[in-house]
Formats: sequence, structure tokens, C-alpha cells
Amino acid sequence: MSLLTQRLRFIPFLPIYVALYFLFLYLPILLLPIFSFNNAATTTFPLAGFTTKWYASLSGNSVMLEAAWNSLIVGLSVSLLSTILGICAARAITRHRFRGQRAAAGLIMAPLFLPEIIVAVSLLMIVLAMGVELSLVTVILGQTVFCVPYAMSVLVSGFEGFDRSLEEASYDLGETAIGTFRRVTLPVVAPAIVSSLLVTFTISLDEFILAFFLSGTEPTLPVYIWGQLRFAAKLPGVLALGTIMLVVSILMLTLAEILRRRAERRTQLAHALP
Amino acid sequence: MTAAAFGPIAETSSPSRRRAWMRSEEARGLAMISPTFLYALALLFLPVLIVIAYSFWTQNYLEIDRTFTLENYRQALTEPIYRDLFVRSLWISLTVSVVTVVFSYPVAWFISFHGGVHKNLWLFLITVPCWTSYLLRVMSWKVILGYGGVMNTGLISMGLIDKPVTSLLYNSNAVVITLVHSWAAFAILPIYVSLQKVDRTLIEAARDLGDNRIKAFFRITLPLSLPGVISAFLIVMIPTVGDYVTPRLVGGKDGVMIATAIQAQFGKAANWPLGAALSVTTMVLVSLSAAAVVLALKFAIRRIK
Repeated sequence: MSLLTQRLRFIPFLPIYVALYFLFLYLPILLLPIFSFNNAATTTFPLAGFTTKWYASLSGNSVMLEAAWNSLIVGLSVSLLSTILGICAARAITRHRFRGQRAAAGLIMAPLFLPEIIVAVSLLMIVLAMGVELSLVTVILGQTVFCVPYAMSVLVSGFEGFDRSLEEASYDLGETAIGTFRRVTLPVVAPAIVSSLLVTFTISLDEFILAFFLSGTEPTLPVYIWGQLRFAAKLPGVLALGTIMLVVSILMLTLAEILRRRAERRTQLAHALP
Repeated sequence: MTAAAFGPIAETSSPSRRRAWMRSEEARGLAMISPTFLYALALLFLPVLIVIAYSFWTQNYLEIDRTFTLENYRQALTEPIYRDLFVRSLWISLTVSVVTVVFSYPVAWFISFHGGVHKNLWLFLITVPCWTSYLLRVMSWKVILGYGGVMNTGLISMGLIDKPVTSLLYNSNAVVITLVHSWAAFAILPIYVSLQKVDRTLIEAARDLGDNRIKAFFRITLPLSLPGVISAFLIVMIPTVGDYVTPRLVGGKDGVMIATAIQAQFGKAANWPLGAALSVTTMVLVSLSAAAVVLALKFAIRRIK
């Protein structure tokens, strides 16, 4: 390590490059909060003074509040549904060896490698061809397809180190399948499950394309924002709303990361037991 | 160890029983994955099949004519408007993926080789912006690059320019910048994972045998991290070709991509079969170009070695 840091001293341009890269990553995200507190309807420098009036204007906006409520319903349903489906798949993959495993996992993970518009268009076609009305339910079903791969990767890393002999010992000592799951499996994998719930909720909260195609007359927050972007005068309100969503997302992701690491440590610990 | 003592393996001594156990193991695995698999089958595989089927049909007003035809593909491939959109979409997604991989590689390398004990924290900090709302990030770039935006007014108030630069927003460059920003983490993660697998003693051996740092990098580290580079490349290139939000918000007239045309066929124009054919063509074209680039990359690396 000391050798590496010594070498690092000869190439100071790399840390500078990394710093610039981080600036590039975070600049657009930091600008939203800055302008949401700016006392002007335009997004220009120099700043015009501090205000919270854009946030105050949100509380009386019933259309926005309805969209927020829709987003909450969709987010909770999607995170629950995709985490349950993710648990099944992650457990099958980490616990069992079976033919067609790679193909099944490939299909489940495919949304990560497809242009989202194609997933959206194909779902729209099948929904309309079956004569189903577009509603929040169609958004939930569609976003779940998109969220399962993320749930699965979080859960697989949480389940991977799990020592199955712990479960077998529990069976041998007379526990039932449900009792074993509750008292042995769940405590070890719980952080991974909560982490998956948080991550999928965040993705659903921010997801636009599927919601845009499948939501019909009940917009979620991103669909509402999309509608507002046409009007320049509405921009500060959108920035305030965006800032709130940003803070919620970052908090949930941080919590998910803390839990994921705890899960990692716990499975390693369970692994280290004799 | 304990698994062998307590587990069912201990009871299965004869080969036939072992096979029976294997079979039940297989059955349990299949049963476990089937809810998720069936969900993906019903809401991903089946819909895609329907899109493919529709692309060979035609539509008269509201009636779907189910006789097989290649007319939609003829239109998609020969009409200049769609041809231009395909070329531009492929070009933009290729540029975005190359730029993202090239700019992200040093960061992934830095974290892998000099990240110290806080590698996970570095990775988390890189992924956070990518998990926040995509729509909001694109909007933010519009705010940055606009005529009266952050970049222009900032540069003016610093006295670097006299009047706003108009060429920042509403062109394909703005689309590329925004997309590179959006996909950065998706490129860094796979590259980082493959760099982590590179055996450090090989690099030391190369250095001991007289390679300088740069030569050792090109002969050891880069070829060994190629799988990560390839998956980073694919995971950026394929989804970006069908991006809808970025071209609409920051692309202007010169930055329109194929997703806008696809969306129009399902909205105002209401020609589902043509929309389906455009979707299928997009997938085929992007897969072919991605395959070509992957082959070229592999070839180039073999030459270096």
C-alpha cells in the first residue's frame, strides 16, 4: 500500500481528474436545491436572494399533492411486489442448481439491457390489446418488471454468503420450515430485504418512461413534472418539488447502503461461525 | 463441514438416490424461481413477442390486418426521416458509450488501485447521482446549458464572455453530455469489478521484467479488465439508443432520436405496426453495432498484447 501511495505522488493529475469527475457528477444535482431557494423566477447567476416561497406554493397545489399520493401508492406496491419476486429469484439462484438457471436469470435481468422505451411500448401494446384500462395498476405492473433486476442484484449479494447448514441444523433440531425461515433465515437476510425495498421504492419514485406510457389519467410525480416543464413560469415550483424528491431519494439510498453493508457483515459473520 | 454431517447428502449413498435428490434439488430451484420467471415471461417476453408480431401486420384506421407483410420494415428502413433518426440515434449512443467508458475508466482504476479501505464509500458516492431522478437531472442540464442558463450567466458574471453562447443547448452535443452524465455509474461499476479481479502480482512481474508503468498497464491491466469494459460499453450503448427524455428536453431540432418517432406512432400518429417495426429495427441495429464494437475492441486488445 505504501508503495502504491508513493507511486500516486508521481501522478497527481489522477486525483485532480477524479475530483473534476465528481464535480461533473454532482453539479447538476446541487443546482436544483440552490435555485429552489432563489428569489427569482429564472435560473440565472448571480443569485437574487433567499426565499422559501416556492416550497410554500407547493403545499396548496392539489394536483401536485394528488400526483404525490399516486407516486406513494405506486412506490409502495412496486417495492413490495418486486422485492417478493426478487426474493424468490435470488433464493433460487443462490440456493439451488438447476437446468435453465442462466436462461431464467437472463430473462429476469433483461430489462437492464433493453432500451426502456421498448419495454414501455411493448407493455402498452399488450395492455391495450387485452382491453385493460390504463391506471395506476398498469404502472405498478410495468415498473415491477423494471425493478425486479435491481431487487435481485441487491438480494443476491445479501443471500450469497448465507450458510445453508444453519438452516439444516435448525431443521434437524426440530424447527418447522416456517419457524426456520422466521428464526434463522430472516434475521440474517432482513437487512438485504429492507435494502431492496428502499432501492426499488426510490427507482419507482423517480421512474418516468413507464409511468408516462402506462399511467392514463392518474399521473405520478415525474409525469406531473413532465407536464409542468412546458411552462417556464412553473420552473421554480418544479425545482422545489425536485429538491424534495432528491432529498428523499438520497436519504433512502443511504439507508439502503448502510443496511446492505450490515447484511454483508452479518452473512460473513454467520459464515465465520464454526 | 456441518452440511455433510447433517444435510440430506449424508443419507444419499447410492447413485440412483443421489440422482433422485439432484432431481428434487432441481425441482425446488425451478419452483422457487418460477413466480419471478413467469412474471417476466408474461410482462416482458410475451409483450416483446407481440411487438414483433405487430411489426409484420398493418393497420387500417382501427382495424388490424393480420396478413404478413414487410411493408413496415420497408418504410422504417427507406424513408429518409426514419433513416436519419436511426443513424443519429446509433451515432449518439455510440459516442455516449465510448465517451462514458473512456472518461470513467480512470476513475474506476483509481478506486480499485488507490481506493484504500473506503472503496465501498467511493462506489456509493458515484452511484448516488445515478439513482436520483433521471428527469430532474436532464432538467438540471437544461438549466445549466440554456441561453439564460447557469453556464452562460456564470461565464458572463465572471467576465469571460460578453454575450450568451447559443450553441450549448438544443443540439446533439447537449444530448451526449447529458447522457454521459446519466450513465457514468453504470460504466464505472462493471469496470471496477473486473479491475478488482486483476491479479496485482502480474503487474509487479511485468514491472520487474522491465515494463514501465504505462506499458504494464496496456499489456496487463487493460486486457484483463476487458470484460468489464465490454459490459460497461453494452450497458450504456443499448439503453441510450432508445432514450426519450434527453432528446426531448435538451436535444432541440437537431437532437431528435428514434424514441420520439416510436412514441409518435403510439400517440398522435397511431400506427402501431410501424411503431413496432421501428422498435424492432432499433433493437436489431443497436445489437449489430454493439457486436461490431465488441469485436473491434477484442481485436485491438489482441494486437496490443
